[in-house]
Amino acid sequence: MAQIRVENLRKSFDQFTAVQGSNFTIDDGTFFAMLGPSGCGKTTTLRMIAGLELPTEGKILLDGEDVTFRRAAARDIAFVFQLFALYPHMNVADNIGFPLKCQGMGRREVRERVQETARLLRIEHLLSSKTSKLSGGDRQRVALGRAMVRRPKAFLMDEPLGALDAEFRHLMCGELRDLHDRIGATTVYVTHDQLEAMSMADQIAVMNKGRVEQIGPPQEVYDRPASMFVADFIGSPPMNFLRFEGGLRSGDRVISFHDTRIAVPEIREDRASAPLALGIRPEHIRFADAAPFRGEVFGAEYLGTTQIVTVDTAHGRVAARLPSNAAVRIGETVGLEFHSERLALFDVGSGLAIGTANEGSARHG
Amino acid sequence: MTAAVANSTAHSIVEASPRAKAVAGGLVILYAVITILPLLWIVATAFKSQSDAIAYPPKVIFEPTLEGYVNLFTVRTRQTPDFIAKLPPPETWYDKLVRQRDMVIAGPSKVVPRFVNSLIIGFGSTFLAVFLGTLAAYAFSRFRIPLADDLLFFILSTRMMPPVAVAIPIYLMYRQLNLTDTRLGMILLYTAVNVSLAVWLLKGFIDEIPREYEEAALVDGYTRLQALRKVVLPQAVTGIAATAIFCLIFSWNEYAFAVLLTSGEAQTMPPFIPFIIGEGGQDWPAVAAATTLFVVPIVLFTVLLRKHLLRGITFGAVRK
Repeated sequence: MAQIRVENLRKSFDQFTAVQGSNFTIDDGTFFAMLGPSGCGKTTTLRMIAGLELPTEGKILLDGEDVTFRRAAARDIAFVFQLFALYPHMNVADNIGFPLKCQGMGRREVRERVQETARLLRIEHLLSSKTSKLSGGDRQRVALGRAMVRRPKAFLMDEPLGALDAEFRHLMCGELRDLHDRIGATTVYVTHDQLEAMSMADQIAVMNKGRVEQIGPPQEVYDRPASMFVADFIGSPPMNFLRFEGGLRSGDRVISFHDTRIAVPEIREDRASAPLALGIRPEHIRFADAAPFRGEVFGAEYLGTTQIVTVDTAHGRVAARLPSNAAVRIGETVGLEFHSERLALFDVGSGLAIGTANEGSARHG
Repeated sequence: MTAAVANSTAHSIVEASPRAKAVAGGLVILYAVITILPLLWIVATAFKSQSDAIAYPPKVIFEPTLEGYVNLFTVRTRQTPDFIAKLPPPETWYDKLVRQRDMVIAGPSKVVPRFVNSLIIGFGSTFLAVFLGTLAAYAFSRFRIPLADDLLFFILSTRMMPPVAVAIPIYLMYRQLNLTDTRLGMILLYTAVNVSLAVWLLKGFIDEIPREYEEAALVDGYTRLQALRKVVLPQAVTGIAATAIFCLIFSWNEYAFAVLLTSGEAQTMPPFIPFIIGEGGQDWPAVAAATTLFVVPIVLFTVLLRKHLLRGITFGAVRK
């Protein structure tokens, strides 16, 4: 069990900088997800924590101990790969017992520990099977077993569910979280799938272009995105942005949006006039006949309990999540009313969120 | 074969009709017979007498004799019948065989040391080439090496002209270094020629092994070298076997350099065989016997590794 600290971590490959100056601390026992689009540097960061890649600059501390340039084997961490990387020339029991054998543990003890791990993962009946005969989910369990058997300080997982089909992925999400709750080891989980990250993690770090854009619990990242990138990346459909030009004064509760006025959470910053964006989650939009902000219904997507209705307004297309029983006719003109306490404001130039009462302490640099 | 398939009216599109199968099988057998015929002829010639071997028209039915093998392994001198009559009776069957031709055995021939040379040089250079090739291929496949592409091309370029083209410079160099007619010299030479092939072949094989395997081993407590030995190599066995066979075939059969650089001590079988001279010219049964023995190790080696070889040659052709 361990705390992981990353300080000013940077990694360049020739001309390309994969990770630029990351700083974060993962507390002991946390399920920490690194979320971002492909190429955002999340896997590189994970590999540096594991010791499979050496940083160009910066430090990695495990329980306060500097392990930046230590061999992977000497860090006492376990890594679960996307493609499982089960050794094809060994059976399941040998695969799970491999890390112990590497440490030179006696054969009897290895067998006991393998049994115990297999029991925990409910794969005892597979121990003597060939890995090539296993289903995707069982392979995943074996890979987890190989990671767990050593009782490492931390688990590092690189899109471990990426190779599974959707239905099974959902099941494994539950299993992984359940496993984490039982053994309580620090886990760093890399994924590009926001649902995986949201459903499992205690903390999410959203990464973009080698930078950590925001770190926080799933709810906070969703409700109070620190940047337009985070707001756009998380949520499906993503947050709507309505662009406008204007200045802001601390203490205001209303902004002038083009020719209308829209109520927002109390603003905490003064801003000179600049291009800004109003951020609205689809579920914070209601249709109201009297509302001054109007648009024409462009289309509706039925999703069972809700529907996503897209509306063309004078300032861009907006997606709204409405109850599926709301009657919507394509082409009809509707008024849009926003849930004012939940709106966000962004500076388009920097992409960063502007401080409002909604945001509280969620801001990150 | 295709004609047979096209002519049959009712056939499955996935399975060949019995007739097509029969035609295909027949063709394969015919081809096998045609290919193996010269080899059988050599094996048979080794058991012919000198006169049967050069008889015209060629004899298919003949009385087998071990004279060829005896001649291959011995040096004989011709004596007068009177001299032979006065000798004590022959001690062995081959003494007897030789005396029937009015000759006595003067001593062993050089075939055994030459054969040993071939074994040492062939297997030695194969081992070295595959060993060095595996390490180099692993490095090229896994590490970020500056100018890797240029280096790989440079390695390949050593194969771009026939090795014999550089025979004279190598001869001069070897003379300076006292490497002519030494086993070490021949091992180094064949290794140098083979290692480029080995690097390229093995790089292909190692590229196909996902690096997660060894990374998992690195995290689990192995050093890089242990991971290579215990995780990568077992999976590269196919490629290593195929590469080893190619390397062995080259160094085993190599003739030009062997003629140029070896004459005594380190002479291998290829330059030795054509110069097995009997009385009044080539001793064909002895040559055939030598050829038969020469083929045996490579056949054995290939048979031992054939399980890997078949997969090795088609490797990469079909993606998993």
